[in-house]
This record gives sequence, C-alpha cells and structure tokens, in this order.
Amino acid sequence: MALAVGCRARPGKSRDNKTGSWRVFKPAFDNEKCSKCGMCQTLCPEGCVHENTDGFFEPDYTYCKGCGICAEECPKEAITMKQEEK
Amino acid sequence: MMEITEGSHAVAEAVRLCRPQVVSAYPITPQTHIVEALADFVANGMLDAEYITVENELSALSACVGASAAGSRAYSATTSQGLMLMAEVVFNASGMRLPIVMSIANRAMGAPLSIWNDMQDSISLRDAGWLHFYAEDNQEATDLHFLAYKVAEDPAVQLPAFVCFDGFILSHTYEPVDMLTQADVDKYLPKFNPSEKLDASDPMSFGMYATPEYYLEFRYEMDQALKRAKGVIAKAGKEFGSLFGRDYSALIETYRLEDAETAIVAMGSVCGTVKDAIDEMRAEGMKVGLLRIRVFRPFPAEEIVKGLSHVKRIAVLDKNVSLGSRGGATAIEVRDAMYGSTIPVKGYILGLGGRDIRKKDIKEIVTLCERGIGDQFYGLRRELI
Amino acid sequence: MAEPKKTCELFDCGHRACGGCGAALAARLVTQAAGTNTIVVNSTGCMEVFSTPYPETAWKVPWIHSLFENAAAVASGIDAALKKQGRNEKIVIMAGDGATFDIGMICISGAFERGHDFTYICYDNEAYMNTGIQRSGATPYDASTTTSPAGKCSFGNKRPKKDMPAILAAHGAPYVATASVAYPADLKQKVEKAINTPGPCYVQVHAPCCTGWGFEGEQTIAIAKLALETGLWVNFEMVDGKVSKVRKVVRKPVEEYLKTQKRFRHLFKPSRQDAEIAAIQAIADRNAEKYGIDIKLKKE
Repeated sequence: MALAVGCRARPGKSRDNKTGSWRVFKPAFDNEKCSKCGMCQTLCPEGCVHENTDGFFEPDYTYCKGCGICAEECPKEAITMKQEEK
Repeated sequence: MMEITEGSHAVAEAVRLCRPQVVSAYPITPQTHIVEALADFVANGMLDAEYITVENELSALSACVGASAAGSRAYSATTSQGLMLMAEVVFNASGMRLPIVMSIANRAMGAPLSIWNDMQDSISLRDAGWLHFYAEDNQEATDLHFLAYKVAEDPAVQLPAFVCFDGFILSHTYEPVDMLTQADVDKYLPKFNPSEKLDASDPMSFGMYATPEYYLEFRYEMDQALKRAKGVIAKAGKEFGSLFGRDYSALIETYRLEDAETAIVAMGSVCGTVKDAIDEMRAEGMKVGLLRIRVFRPFPAEEIVKGLSHVKRIAVLDKNVSLGSRGGATAIEVRDAMYGSTIPVKGYILGLGGRDIRKKDIKEIVTLCERGIGDQFYGLRRELI
Repeated sequence: MAEPKKTCELFDCGHRACGGCGAALAARLVTQAAGTNTIVVNSTGCMEVFSTPYPETAWKVPWIHSLFENAAAVASGIDAALKKQGRNEKIVIMAGDGATFDIGMICISGAFERGHDFTYICYDNEAYMNTGIQRSGATPYDASTTTSPAGKCSFGNKRPKKDMPAILAAHGAPYVATASVAYPADLKQKVEKAINTPGPCYVQVHAPCCTGWGFEGEQTIAIAKLALETGLWVNFEMVDGKVSKVRKVVRKPVEEYLKTQKRFRHLFKPSRQDAEIAAIQAIADRNAEKYGIDIKLKKE
C-alpha cells in the first residue's frame, strides 16, 4: 500500500486491529434477565455492543476487550464475566 | 504597473492579489507593515479574507494549519523570535504537507536582542521541510509570493514555503516595483483546490502519528517532494517569465560569472552591493563574479557546481552562523556541493545583527579570498574582543 | 440468530485505549452527540495516540491533530476557513486536561477571547496519562502521580484543581458546562447544547482513567458516579457566566471515593491520614456550598 501524503487516512482501518485478543474475561449476556435498557451499549468504551433485531444486545467479540463495564453497570445483572478460554 | 512603494506594502499587495482566504499573524518588527496593510485591505473590502488576530506566533501558524487543512489558502508573516516561537508548528505544517506561504522579514536572533537584519531566523529552520525563497530586491520579494503559492500548492510538492527578504533593508525601503494586476495573478495562480481536506462529506484523519514502521518513509517522501520542487520551480518560474517578463525558473542567478576567477556566493539584498562592487573591481581588471542563491531549499547543489566549475576560488557570504561549526550555513552547503573539487571554498560570516556591509567590505573579502584567508567572521571590531 | 442493528458510531472499534477507558467512552459519546457534520480537532495526548496510529484511524468524522498545545488555534483557523467557504460543519475540540489546563492555556485564551465558533471538550482524567501519569493543573489535591508522588514528606499533589470552567466563563464563553461519563445522556445533551450555541463553548468531562488512578476497568462508571456523589466533581451548566443548572446529590463522605483508587491509597495506608482526608472533605464541602448541590432531606 502506497503511503498517504502527510500521514492521512480515511476511516475504517482501526478495525484491522482486533482488540478482542486482549480479553482475559468475557462477558456473557443472559437474555432471560435482560430488560433491553441498552446501558451496556451506551457505556461500552469500544462501541462494540450492538442491538439485534429482537431488541437484545450482544457484544462483538472481535473487539470486546473484556473490561467488564457492561456487566458492572447492568441494572438487571444479566451480564456475567467469565474467564476467557483460549 | 510600476509604482514606488515600500517593500512591506509591495509584499502585502502581492499577498492580497494571491487571494488568501485566511490571514493569521502576530505583529513583530520588522514585519508589522505587512500585516497592518493586510488588515487594512480586509477592513476596506479589498481582500475577502478572515484576518485572525492571534495572541502569539505559535497560534498564527497553527491557525494557518487548520485553515489550510480545511481547504483554504492561508498566509502568515513573521520574523526572528516569532519564527522561533512557531518552530514546532513549522515542522508540523510541512509534515502535514500543507502549502502555507509565510513571509519572513529576516532578522537576527536574540540574545542579545536585536531587531536588525541577518538571516539567522529562517536559516535556522532550513531542515524543516519548507521551500526557502530569498529575495534580492523588492521586485523579487513581491514576485516570489506568486511563485511560492504556485509551487507549494503543486500536487507534486504540497509543502509550505518561506519567502524571505531582509528586514528593514528591503521591508522598509521604497523601491520601484512592477506590480501585477489581479487579472494577471488570477491567470497565473489557480484557485487553491486540494484533493484532500477536512470535509464532512469525505471524512479523513489529518496528522496521525507514525510508528517506526512508517516514519522514515514519510520523511523520505518529504525529501523527494522538495527535490521534485526543482522541476516545478523551473516550470512555474518560466511561465511567470513568459507572462510577465521576469523569469524565475532558475534556483540561482549569476552576475558576470562566466569568466570570473573569484566567485562570490551570497543570498538576499547584499547581492545588490556585491554587484556594484563587482562592477568596480571589474573596472580595475579583477575577474570577480557572483552566484546568487535565490532558492535555498531545495538546495541548488548541481546548479552551484555547474556555475562554479571554472573559477579559481569561491568566497561565500553568510548572514548567519552555525555556531561551533565550520561557518555559516551557505558556506557549509556550498563546500559540500563542491566536494571532490580542488577549488577552495572560503566562508565569511558578516553583517550579523544589522552590521552594514559596504562595497569596500566585499572588495576586502575578495582580497582575503585571493590570499587564501577565510572561514572566519568578517568585520569584527577588534577593540571589543 | 438475530442480526445486529446498525448503530451510529462515529468513533470506531479497534482503537488502542485500555479496557474500561473513560476517555474512549467520552470520544464515543461526544461524537454521537455531535453527529456526522462535525470536524474534530484533537490535541496530542492519550486519545490522539490510542485512536490514530497510521493508518488505523478510529475517527469516522473529519479529524485533525497538530500539536499538544494548539488545538484551539487550529480550530480558529478551521472556523475562519469554513466561514470563507460558506460551510456549516461544526468544530469540536477534544483535548485532555494537560492540553487544556496547562500547555494549551495561551491558545485557548486567545481563541475564546476572539469568539470563534467551536465547542471545546476537555476530557479530564486529572493527569498526563499518555506520558505516564504526571500531575497536571487538573490533578486533585493529594493525588499521587509520578511527578507528585506520595512519600515520607509528601501526601501527593499539593494544589487543588484549577477552576477552568470559571476561567473560560470569564472570557465571555456563552456556554460552559461540566459533565461525566457516568451520566451519558446528560453529557450528550450538554455537548449538543454547546454545539448549537454560537461562539466558543466549553464542556469539561470527567473521564476516570483506570490505569492512572489505579482501579479495575469495570469500575470506571461507578467511580465517576462516586466523584459526583461525594461533591468532588460537580455537574453544572453556566449560561453567559451564570450557573443555571446543577446536579444535586445526597452527599457521601469523600473517603468513599478516595478509597477506591490507588492514587489516594497513601491516605489510608499504612495509617489513616485524618487531617488530609478532612482537607479533601473541606474541598467537597466548599463545592457543595458554591454550587448548592446538597439535597435537603426532610426532617423526620
């Protein structure tokens, strides 16, 4: 890939960096407990929690660093952090 | 149209004709008359630009960085201490490949504080990746602004440019200047229309950081762009010549050099004095000529070698000094260009902090050079040291 | 399996912030509030570094980084250029507390005085985190940093936080606010308000740094909430220099906040420093009085 003039870039390339590999703990979402409030999505520093067409939320494990904010802040305690298996 | 005008006003008029959309500058002697004139143009509707009255020079050039990245032609002017306060942004603007043009009314660096002329300011930033143009007179100080924008904005270059002229000696002197009309300039200098800019309809990131995997190549690309600028200057300078009668295609100018035995190499307004001294020496039978460097970056090494290959000795005048080294920047670089040749290159540091340089000084330097004496300060008041 | 719905994220995945980073969350929330018609000017710092190693930019809006200290001046130039070109993008500066409280003060003062149209967001994580947790003018009293370490002769940072909102209100900024990543709806509302207010506006966002403050990443929001609940951080709005809205709380003692973070550990171990904790409590009490944050409970 040729160098861009002046060290510039168009969006999209940060996705090449798959930060999911950093993860030590993995959030598990329990839709039975979920109230669909979306707090997990709002507070994720990665922006990697997505709402699906059923209104539930699921993380993109390609980028989820496993910080645990979603689990900590979930008002229904529907998210639990589990040791990553690699 | 020929008019007798102050150097600063001629420069301001040239800048006005270049239609910058953003002017951002902070007052400093001897640059003030330029920015005052530009502010006046804006206040009277003669220049359709935003004039940002910044709180210091670092912000002056920073605002130009923002404006240029957003796709506007941007202009600033400064000198000496102001340029050094900008220094961090100077490197930044070139690294981001933003074709800002900045006038430098050359002035000495403190301490000791001095408002008077030498070239220590811009020369100290010779490694910053900007184009460096040095004017001999006010006509050139004026014209080089048109050329500077044209070359800086060329897609093959995309680098900012200093247009340097000696503070007070040129900036505050009245000389006849043949000023282009707006129609002339519009014909020569197209609208600034960069292919990439900060734009919500095509978002881009500007000024990212480079890891060791990339940094070296970015610097290489800047060096290549400066080298490509030689060809761009040749083309744009020639076009200027064919349109307006003054050809700036060459990076150097020679005066009575063809059969010279002693060549003087110099930059800026001192070359007028040098030419007069050469005429007088020639009348006395001395074969002396001048090679004037108009473009210091890209450095015209090949042109210098070609121009000086026949002379017996070279005297380089420097209104700057690289303290603790083998002289001034010009002497060091000319000597580097002449590496492998047996022609002796002698450097003379003179005129620092506004010390006058007279014809008799030039003649004395030629005599010293003929005797093999050089690589020294010239004109020291021995009673003080 | 259900398909993910598209969300409007303008700060992309793959950035290199620590897990649980308050500043990264701030970048997400601010860009969501600002929308696509925005140009972001970022000062040098953690956010700039974790989001833009060439060519992997995380920004989906136009973004520029020039230097550490000059974001407000760069924004001034963009503002002038947009005016001349008849464009209507909004300018949002994102700068850390070091870039804002310390090295950028001259550029900020000049730009606010000139009255450019931009929104200046300071993501305040209360020290120079990118370079390794050195104290800044935003570091709170007694916080231990690498240049204000707690030791035998020191309880850490000797000075309270600089009152940056007041300084910018004094410049005539039409809208000044403080916000916290713990209250994302409030934060986004304030950013929108700032962006839609002509002239230079300032929003200072409390953005806890798990690495620099010493806590686990999942605690970022909880700790940001505690800062507000103890009165050590106050969320308020100032319109034309007058405080117009304050988030009120039933205050907790400051030590509930302090004991959650390693930077204040020396106040509790090896022995409890009552005088220092009282001094910090006094800061919270002054905040409470100044901004009227206390909810008066009805007497039984």
